[in-house]
Amino acid sequence: MKVEYVNPFITATINTFQTMLNVRLTAEKPALKTLPFPTFDVSGIIGISGDALGSIALSFPRLVALRVVTKILGTTVKIIGPEVSDAVGELTNIVAGNAKKDLGDLHISISLPNVIIGKQHQISNPRGAQSFIVPFKCELGGLALDICLKTE
Amino acid sequence: MKLLLVDDSSTMRRIQRNVLEKIGISDIEEASDGLEAIQKLREKPFDIVLLDWNMPNLDGLSTLKKIRATEGIKSVRVVMCTSESEKTKIIEAVKCGANNYIVKPFTPEVLKEKLHDAGVL
Repeated sequence: MKVEYVNPFITATINTFQTMLNVRLTAEKPALKTLPFPTFDVSGIIGISGDALGSIALSFPRLVALRVVTKILGTTVKIIGPEVSDAVGELTNIVAGNAKKDLGDLHISISLPNVIIGKQHQISNPRGAQSFIVPFKCELGGLALDICLKTE
Repeated sequence: MKLLLVDDSSTMRRIQRNVLEKIGISDIEEASDGLEAIQKLREKPFDIVLLDWNMPNLDGLSTLKKIRATEGIKSVRVVMCTSESEKTKIIEAVKCGANNYIVKPFTPEVLKEKLHDAGVL
Protein backbone atom coordinates (compact mmCIF):
# COMPACT_ATOMS: atom_id res chain seq x y z
CA MET A 1 0.00 0.00 0.00
CA LYS A 2 1.40 3.38 -1.01
CA VAL A 3 1.59 5.99 1.74
CA GLU A 4 0.33 8.65 -0.71
CA TYR A 5 -3.07 6.98 -0.64
CA VAL A 6 -3.40 7.83 3.05
CA ASN A 7 -3.41 11.61 2.68
CA PRO A 8 -6.71 11.94 0.72
CA PHE A 9 -8.50 10.08 3.51
CA ILE A 10 -6.94 12.31 6.19
CA THR A 11 -7.94 15.45 4.27
CA ALA A 12 -11.47 14.12 3.70
CA THR A 13 -11.90 13.32 7.41
CA ILE A 14 -10.75 16.80 8.47
CA ASN A 15 -12.97 18.44 5.83
CA THR A 16 -16.01 16.37 6.78
CA PHE A 17 -15.75 17.21 10.48
CA GLN A 18 -15.12 20.88 9.75
CA THR A 19 -18.11 21.20 7.39
CA MET A 20 -20.66 18.98 9.13
CA LEU A 21 -19.78 19.55 12.78
CA ASN A 22 -17.80 22.77 12.72
CA VAL A 23 -15.11 20.86 14.59
CA ARG A 24 -11.45 21.17 13.82
CA LEU A 25 -9.61 17.85 13.76
CA THR A 26 -5.87 17.58 14.24
CA ALA A 27 -4.28 14.55 12.61
CA GLU A 28 -1.40 12.84 14.33
CA LYS A 29 1.28 10.95 12.42
CA PRO A 30 -0.05 7.92 10.52
CA ALA A 31 1.44 4.63 11.71
CA LEU A 32 1.43 1.09 10.42
CA LYS A 33 -1.08 -0.92 12.40
CA THR A 34 0.66 -3.54 14.47
CA LEU A 35 -0.30 -5.85 17.30
CA PRO A 36 -1.72 -5.20 19.80
CA PHE A 37 -4.40 -3.50 17.69
CA PRO A 38 -6.06 -0.39 19.14
CA THR A 39 -9.55 -0.88 20.55
CA PHE A 40 -12.69 1.20 20.09
CA ASP A 41 -16.39 1.03 20.93
CA VAL A 42 -18.04 2.26 17.69
CA SER A 43 -16.65 1.85 14.15
CA GLY A 44 -18.04 2.72 10.74
CA ILE A 45 -16.54 0.51 8.03
CA ILE A 46 -16.67 0.93 4.25
CA GLY A 47 -15.47 -1.79 1.89
CA ILE A 48 -13.36 -0.76 -1.07
CA SER A 49 -13.13 -2.49 -4.44
CA GLY A 50 -11.83 -1.67 -7.92
CA ASP A 51 -8.15 -0.82 -8.44
CA ALA A 52 -7.61 -1.43 -4.73
CA LEU A 53 -9.22 -3.86 -2.32
CA GLY A 54 -9.68 -3.19 1.36
CA SER A 55 -11.59 -0.99 3.74
CA ILE A 56 -11.54 2.18 5.71
CA ALA A 57 -12.87 2.47 9.23
CA LEU A 58 -13.68 5.48 11.35
CA SER A 59 -13.52 4.45 14.99
CA PHE A 60 -14.56 6.12 18.22
CA PRO A 61 -14.54 5.51 21.95
CA ARG A 62 -18.12 5.42 23.26
CA LEU A 63 -18.16 8.90 24.79
CA VAL A 64 -16.65 10.52 21.73
CA ALA A 65 -19.19 8.82 19.46
CA LEU A 66 -22.01 10.21 21.63
CA ARG A 67 -20.51 13.70 21.57
CA VAL A 68 -20.00 13.59 17.79
CA VAL A 69 -23.57 12.47 17.11
CA THR A 70 -24.97 14.98 19.60
CA LYS A 71 -23.09 17.71 17.75
CA ILE A 72 -24.14 16.56 14.28
CA LEU A 73 -27.82 16.21 15.18
CA GLY A 74 -28.04 19.22 17.45
CA THR A 75 -29.83 17.20 20.14
CA THR A 76 -28.40 15.31 23.09
CA VAL A 77 -27.80 11.64 22.36
CA LYS A 78 -27.15 9.58 25.49
CA ILE A 79 -27.20 5.98 24.31
CA ILE A 80 -25.38 4.08 21.61
CA GLY A 81 -28.29 3.09 19.37
CA PRO A 82 -29.72 3.56 15.88
CA GLU A 83 -28.97 7.31 15.77
CA VAL A 84 -25.29 6.73 16.53
CA SER A 85 -25.09 3.84 14.10
CA ASP A 86 -26.66 5.84 11.27
CA ALA A 87 -24.58 8.97 11.87
CA VAL A 88 -21.26 7.13 12.17
CA GLY A 89 -22.06 5.13 9.03
CA GLU A 90 -22.87 8.30 7.11
CA LEU A 91 -19.75 10.11 8.33
CA THR A 92 -17.63 7.17 7.16
CA ASN A 93 -19.44 7.13 3.82
CA ILE A 94 -18.79 10.84 3.30
CA VAL A 95 -15.10 10.48 4.18
CA ALA A 96 -14.64 7.58 1.74
CA GLY A 97 -16.63 9.27 -1.03
CA ASN A 98 -14.68 12.49 -0.68
CA ALA A 99 -11.27 10.85 -0.67
CA LYS A 100 -12.00 9.09 -3.99
CA LYS A 101 -11.48 12.20 -6.07
CA ASP A 102 -7.93 12.69 -4.77
CA LEU A 103 -6.63 9.17 -5.32
CA GLY A 104 -5.18 9.94 -8.75
CA ASP A 105 -5.25 6.97 -11.11
CA LEU A 106 -6.58 4.68 -8.44
CA HIS A 107 -10.26 4.19 -9.25
CA ILE A 108 -12.22 2.62 -6.43
CA SER A 109 -15.81 1.84 -5.58
CA ILE A 110 -17.15 2.05 -2.06
CA SER A 111 -19.69 -0.16 -0.36
CA LEU A 112 -22.55 0.90 1.85
CA PRO A 113 -21.30 1.44 5.42
CA ASN A 114 -21.43 -1.16 8.15
CA VAL A 115 -21.24 -0.09 11.76
CA ILE A 116 -19.75 -2.18 14.54
CA ILE A 117 -20.84 -1.45 18.09
CA GLY A 118 -19.03 -3.33 20.81
CA LYS A 119 -16.96 -2.41 23.81
CA GLN A 120 -13.24 -2.36 23.05
CA HIS A 121 -13.49 -4.16 19.72
CA GLN A 122 -10.57 -4.52 17.35
CA ILE A 123 -10.59 -4.37 13.55
CA SER A 124 -8.51 -7.03 11.84
CA ASN A 125 -7.50 -6.84 8.20
CA PRO A 126 -6.86 -9.62 5.68
CA ARG A 127 -3.53 -11.38 5.99
CA GLY A 128 -0.87 -9.60 3.90
CA ALA A 129 -2.80 -6.34 3.70
CA GLN A 130 -1.05 -3.43 5.38
CA SER A 131 -3.16 -1.06 7.38
CA PHE A 132 -2.40 2.49 8.49
CA ILE A 133 -3.89 4.04 11.60
CA VAL A 134 -4.33 7.80 11.76
CA PRO A 135 -5.25 9.12 15.22
CA PHE A 136 -7.14 12.43 15.36
CA LYS A 137 -7.76 14.83 18.21
CA CYS A 138 -10.49 17.42 18.58
CA GLU A 139 -12.54 19.21 21.23
CA LEU A 140 -14.87 16.19 21.41
CA GLY A 141 -12.04 13.72 22.11
CA GLY A 142 -9.93 11.28 20.14
CA LEU A 143 -10.87 9.10 17.17
CA ALA A 144 -9.01 7.13 14.55
CA LEU A 145 -9.06 6.31 10.88
CA ASP A 146 -7.97 2.83 9.78
CA ILE A 147 -7.00 2.63 6.11
CA CYS A 148 -6.33 -0.74 4.52
CA LEU A 149 -5.83 -0.75 0.75
CA LYS A 150 -4.28 -3.60 -1.15
CA THR A 151 -3.11 -2.69 -4.63
CA GLU A 152 -1.44 -4.88 -7.27
CA MET B 1 -42.62 24.05 -3.55
CA LYS B 2 -42.88 20.31 -2.81
CA LEU B 3 -39.60 18.50 -2.27
CA LEU B 4 -38.81 14.79 -2.00
CA LEU B 5 -35.74 14.08 0.12
CA VAL B 6 -34.20 10.69 -0.69
CA ASP B 7 -31.38 9.37 1.49
CA ASP B 8 -30.89 6.06 3.31
CA SER B 9 -29.30 7.90 6.24
CA SER B 10 -31.83 9.32 8.71
CA THR B 11 -29.04 11.59 9.96
CA MET B 12 -28.58 13.16 6.54
CA ARG B 13 -32.31 13.50 6.02
CA ARG B 14 -32.54 15.32 9.37
CA ILE B 15 -29.61 17.63 8.56
CA GLN B 16 -30.94 18.41 5.08
CA ARG B 17 -34.49 18.97 6.34
CA ASN B 18 -33.21 21.49 8.90
CA VAL B 19 -31.30 23.37 6.22
CA LEU B 20 -34.20 23.28 3.75
CA GLU B 21 -36.64 24.59 6.35
CA LYS B 22 -34.24 27.43 7.16
CA ILE B 23 -34.21 28.48 3.52
CA GLY B 24 -37.98 28.42 3.29
CA ILE B 25 -38.75 24.94 1.94
CA SER B 26 -41.06 23.23 4.41
CA ASP B 27 -43.25 21.01 2.21
CA ILE B 28 -40.92 18.03 2.40
CA GLU B 29 -41.48 14.29 2.16
CA GLU B 30 -38.82 11.67 2.76
CA ALA B 31 -37.84 8.35 1.20
CA SER B 32 -35.07 6.03 2.37
CA ASP B 33 -34.20 4.46 -0.98
CA GLY B 34 -34.91 4.68 -4.70
CA LEU B 35 -37.82 2.25 -4.69
CA GLU B 36 -39.68 4.26 -2.06
CA ALA B 37 -38.86 7.46 -3.97
CA ILE B 38 -40.32 6.14 -7.25
CA GLN B 39 -43.44 5.02 -5.43
CA LYS B 40 -43.94 8.45 -3.85
CA LEU B 41 -43.33 10.22 -7.15
CA ARG B 42 -46.03 8.08 -8.78
CA GLU B 43 -48.49 8.87 -6.00
CA LYS B 44 -48.28 12.68 -6.11
CA PRO B 45 -46.45 15.48 -7.92
CA PHE B 46 -43.19 16.93 -6.59
CA ASP B 47 -41.29 19.99 -7.82
CA ILE B 48 -37.86 18.65 -6.99
CA VAL B 49 -36.07 15.54 -5.75
CA LEU B 50 -32.92 15.71 -3.64
CA LEU B 51 -31.36 12.32 -4.36
CA ASP B 52 -28.53 10.45 -2.63
CA TRP B 53 -26.36 8.07 -4.71
CA ASN B 54 -25.26 5.19 -2.47
CA MET B 55 -28.42 3.55 -1.19
CA PRO B 56 -29.67 0.00 -0.72
CA ASN B 57 -32.39 -1.59 -2.90
CA LEU B 58 -32.22 1.00 -5.72
CA ASP B 59 -29.26 3.40 -5.83
CA GLY B 60 -29.49 7.05 -6.80
CA LEU B 61 -28.24 6.75 -10.37
CA SER B 62 -30.61 3.86 -11.15
CA THR B 63 -33.42 5.87 -9.55
CA LEU B 64 -32.57 8.88 -11.72
CA LYS B 65 -32.58 6.73 -14.88
CA LYS B 66 -35.93 5.23 -13.88
CA ILE B 67 -37.41 8.68 -13.23
CA ARG B 68 -36.27 9.96 -16.63
CA ALA B 69 -37.74 6.90 -18.35
CA THR B 70 -41.12 6.98 -16.62
CA GLU B 71 -44.04 8.91 -18.10
CA GLY B 72 -45.70 11.26 -15.63
CA ILE B 73 -42.64 11.76 -13.44
CA LYS B 74 -39.81 12.16 -15.94
CA SER B 75 -39.80 15.96 -15.97
CA VAL B 76 -39.30 16.44 -12.22
CA ARG B 77 -36.11 18.31 -11.34
CA VAL B 78 -33.50 16.14 -9.67
CA VAL B 79 -30.49 17.34 -7.70
CA MET B 80 -28.04 14.58 -6.76
CA CYS B 81 -26.74 15.04 -3.22
CA THR B 82 -24.00 12.54 -2.56
CA SER B 83 -20.53 11.86 -1.21
CA GLU B 84 -19.47 10.56 -4.66
CA SER B 85 -17.00 13.29 -5.54
CA GLU B 86 -15.22 12.07 -8.68
CA LYS B 87 -15.69 14.15 -11.83
CA THR B 88 -16.62 11.03 -13.81
CA LYS B 89 -19.50 10.37 -11.41
CA ILE B 90 -20.74 13.95 -11.69
CA ILE B 91 -20.62 13.79 -15.50
CA GLU B 92 -22.41 10.44 -15.46
CA ALA B 93 -25.20 11.86 -13.31
CA VAL B 94 -25.62 14.93 -15.52
CA LYS B 95 -25.67 12.73 -18.65
CA CYS B 96 -28.45 10.70 -17.04
CA GLY B 97 -30.49 13.85 -16.47
CA ALA B 98 -29.50 15.32 -13.11
CA ASN B 99 -30.28 19.06 -12.98
CA ASN B 100 -27.49 19.70 -10.49
CA TYR B 101 -25.06 17.92 -8.18
CA ILE B 102 -24.08 18.55 -4.56
CA VAL B 103 -21.10 16.84 -2.97
CA LYS B 104 -21.40 15.97 0.72
CA PRO B 105 -20.35 17.42 3.08
CA PHE B 106 -21.96 20.71 2.14
CA THR B 107 -22.73 23.97 3.87
CA PRO B 108 -26.27 25.45 3.94
CA GLU B 109 -25.01 28.12 1.52
CA VAL B 110 -23.95 25.49 -1.03
CA LEU B 111 -27.31 23.70 -0.83
CA LYS B 112 -29.15 27.01 -1.34
CA GLU B 113 -26.91 27.94 -4.28
CA LYS B 114 -27.35 24.56 -6.01
CA LEU B 115 -31.12 24.62 -5.58
CA HIS B 116 -31.13 28.13 -7.02
CA ASP B 117 -29.04 26.95 -9.99
CA ALA B 118 -31.50 24.11 -10.53
CA GLY B 119 -34.31 26.69 -10.80
CA VAL B 120 -35.93 25.87 -7.48
CA LEU B 121 -35.32 29.03 -5.45
